[in-house]
Amino acid sequence: MTIHSQVTQTLANLKGIKATLSTYQVQEKNEDTKNIIKESVKETNEIIKDLENRIKTLELEEPQYKGY
Amino acid sequence: MKEWVEILLRTIILFFVTLGLVKIRGKKHPTKMTAFDYISYGVIIILVTLTSVKIIENWVFGVIALMVWSLFPVGLDYLSMKSKMLYEFIHGKETVLIKNGKILEENISKLKMTGEDLLRELRTKNVFSLADVEFAMLETTGDVNVLLKSDKKPITAKDLGEKVSMSKESQTIILDGNIIDEALFNAGLNRDWVGTQLNGMGISIDNVFIGQVDSSGDLFVDLFDDSIQHPQPKVKDLLYANLQKVHADLITYSLETENSTAKEMYLKNIKKIDKMIKKLKPYLIN
Repeated sequence: MTIHSQVTQTLANLKGIKATLSTYQVQEKNEDTKNIIKESVKETNEIIKDLENRIKTLELEEPQYKGY
Repeated sequence: MKEWVEILLRTIILFFVTLGLVKIRGKKHPTKMTAFDYISYGVIIILVTLTSVKIIENWVFGVIALMVWSLFPVGLDYLSMKSKMLYEFIHGKETVLIKNGKILEENISKLKMTGEDLLRELRTKNVFSLADVEFAMLETTGDVNVLLKSDKKPITAKDLGEKVSMSKESQTIILDGNIIDEALFNAGLNRDWVGTQLNGMGISIDNVFIGQVDSSGDLFVDLFDDSIQHPQPKVKDLLYANLQKVHADLITYSLETENSTAKEMYLKNIKKIDKMIKKLKPYLIN
């Protein structure tokens, strides 16, 4: 596996995490927990953005994998 | 009137009268009664028995005594809510038996308690060694309550410096295969949601004995048919494992990359995820 596909996989994983956390954020009744989850969703979003940028750079370096 | 008809009538009427009187007395549990409560209940029991089998010939006398013995305590209870002095006079005062790890012999002899009695009471509280006790008190109901020395107390999450999620109590939304709408409403859910959840697990509602939903909206079910394997909520564990995996992945990438800005970005995100895992851990693993 190239580093590009590995990072893409991690990105997919993170997106899954974000989705699950968002679900819990809606379902949770406890306000404190809700806030913690909300923060985590935000942070996950930031990491996702960083990784997406990294993937763009990797695509420039390994153009044969573009569009993965 | 025939004798047996009279006894039958007296018994039936007294049955309901006593039922009503006991309801008026309130919800005190028999084992939580003080000595005076015991006496008043005892007198009521005897009066009811004697009147119903006609040992007290005139039923009016019996009922008068019964009323006094059951309504006076209610009045006294009401008054003792207002006055602490009266309360202590009626119910007695709790007594300190052990203070700072030392037995107060004076108080114990005042209560006509022996050392054996004290030890037995401590043992019922799972305390077998006197050295573990910091403070013990005899309640007015005769219970002994014990405060253990701080190094003998059961350990709590706070002692360990661990944070634990504030879990709200679960709502029981399915009982005996029936959906309880009130509880469902309290949990902010509806019947459609239950249907979707059960469909996802592949279970029909008739097969569910008890279903509870916790504060994060996970449904836990117990089935009538225990041989059926069904998934219990594992989403949180999975989520935690996934976070750990992403954390590990990022560490690998940060080691592999030769690009310094990419490395920096990875390191920054590793820290972020690390913090996130710590924050979410008490909530995800419980």
